[in-house]
Amino acid sequence: MSEMPGDLLYTKEHEWLRREDDGSVTVGITDHAQTALGDLVYVELPEQGMDLDAEGEMAVVESVKAASDVYAPISGTVEAVNETLADDPERINSDPYGDGWIVRIRPADAIDESELMSPDDYQALLDELDA
Amino acid sequence: MPFIPHTKKDTEEMLDAIGVSDIETLFDEIPDELRIDSLAGVPDALSEMHITRLMRERAEKDGAPLCFIGAGAYEHHIPTAVWDIATRGEYYSAYTPYQAEASQGTLQTIYEYQSMITELTGLDASNASLYDGASGFAEAALMAVRVNRKVKSGRVLVAPGVNPVYVKVANAIAGRQGITFESLPADPQTGNVELEQVDDSCVPVAVVIQQPSFVGTLEDVDRLTDWAHAQGALVVAVVNPTSLALLKAPGHWGQQGADVASGEGQPLGVPLSSGGPYFGFMTCKQKHIRQMPGRIVGRTTDLDGDPGFSLTLQAREQHIRRSKATSNICTNQGLMVTAATIYMALLGYEGLARVAARSHQNTARLIDGLCAIDGIERLYEGPYFHEVALRLDRPVAPVLEALAARDILGGLDLSAYCPDIEDALLVCATETKTDEDIDAYISAMQDIFHSRSQTQPRKSA
Repeated sequence: MSEMPGDLLYTKEHEWLRREDDGSVTVGITDHAQTALGDLVYVELPEQGMDLDAEGEMAVVESVKAASDVYAPISGTVEAVNETLADDPERINSDPYGDGWIVRIRPADAIDESELMSPDDYQALLDELDA
Repeated sequence: MPFIPHTKKDTEEMLDAIGVSDIETLFDEIPDELRIDSLAGVPDALSEMHITRLMRERAEKDGAPLCFIGAGAYEHHIPTAVWDIATRGEYYSAYTPYQAEASQGTLQTIYEYQSMITELTGLDASNASLYDGASGFAEAALMAVRVNRKVKSGRVLVAPGVNPVYVKVANAIAGRQGITFESLPADPQTGNVELEQVDDSCVPVAVVIQQPSFVGTLEDVDRLTDWAHAQGALVVAVVNPTSLALLKAPGHWGQQGADVASGEGQPLGVPLSSGGPYFGFMTCKQKHIRQMPGRIVGRTTDLDGDPGFSLTLQAREQHIRRSKATSNICTNQGLMVTAATIYMALLGYEGLARVAARSHQNTARLIDGLCAIDGIERLYEGPYFHEVALRLDRPVAPVLEALAARDILGGLDLSAYCPDIEDALLVCATETKTDEDIDAYISAMQDIFHSRSQTQPRKSA
């Protein structure tokens, strides 16, 4: 059973979003995603200031068995990247919703929650995958 | 690990298991119009006896001329042990092994190869090899663009001394992927890059430097490397592995060293054999390893704590990353690399340095002799390794024909490769040439230049 905080939004590509007080959005991959990938050995991060399109490739997470793209859940600009992942990618495994965050995005537009998944929707997706 | 083909029975059992009556039925979804039943121009099969005879007859037509052509592929002495060992059943495969549990010996050989090539090039990491020098150069350019992603220009600056065939191949492979290969201006005196004339309005993503250059000159690699890094570009070195026994390794060029080195591995124990198979090598700084194409063998520790070898960093590769892989290259030139590893192990540092030094001395003897002939001079001034461009006072082709009639392959007519260079001949004398061979070439050239019946100088000369 994957951990899944109730105050976040999710995507069907297994990313999570946290809306910060300053209007920015922090993004990472879910507990389910890190479990499926296994021990991460490398994270390719975007550059600060890079413009992102919703659903466009944003980062790559590589484990001993696979390399997967991480997609931008919303359009916007990369405000910060978690540089500590360069030396310590396992942070994503140990704390996917905390120290293992990947980027902080300054959204280009108001966030349309109907394009994203609530914790319940995401749980339903995981149940479907398990079924 | 021996290769055992399917028997008829194996095939029948497999077809049976999936409920298909025969192979044709398995492929029946391929429409007839897409099938080719016979290949035009390909003759019927011959028996082993007939094909052996045919090939022997054709090989004899080549004769055994004295070869003074280099231009990217070099005739070197190959100790008999090299191919005797490389063709043993345990090694005899063209491919990298996937199964670590069944391939420790092959994997260790590749690991040793990688260790030797990194030492030779002065860089941190090597892949298990690529197809050849030309495709290796294209892959190095693509890799540099991936590594240096902050620079979006796609502009790869190519020193004038980079093999023109490599540039053609790189254009074919990478030219449709947003990369443009632009030639750096050359100083007509030295043939080398003239930095003062470079258009620096647009930041290059990479600068490619070949050492020694295609026309045999030596670039000021330290200065060029520092200049490229100051521009924000990566440095890709294209090098001759034999020369590295004498010349500075790319990893030590300038303040920071080249970022990627690639080149043609043929001089390391692979025979000329009409152009292939050869192999390309590639090494890089540790920090760029995840963008390196091809296979990489790593050393690890098994469950019992014993050392072992396996393919590593495979997540970069096509079978996992699909269209986003670093390259479509998912193999290496296993057999050629095995030969090269044995060659390097047999020669050692000292042996390779002696091959390189002897090749240089032989070329010096040849150049001194040829340049003493009225009508022959060096095209460029400056130091060289084992290859030199000469300017003749007459067209090159008839001179080469006259030499061929004396059973001498006198060099490469540069006009076919470098359109702005006229009447220039590229010559090379490796350690395989004796003083007598070299003197025979010089005296043949004297005869040709002195007897006006065969070739004539251009009127303006």
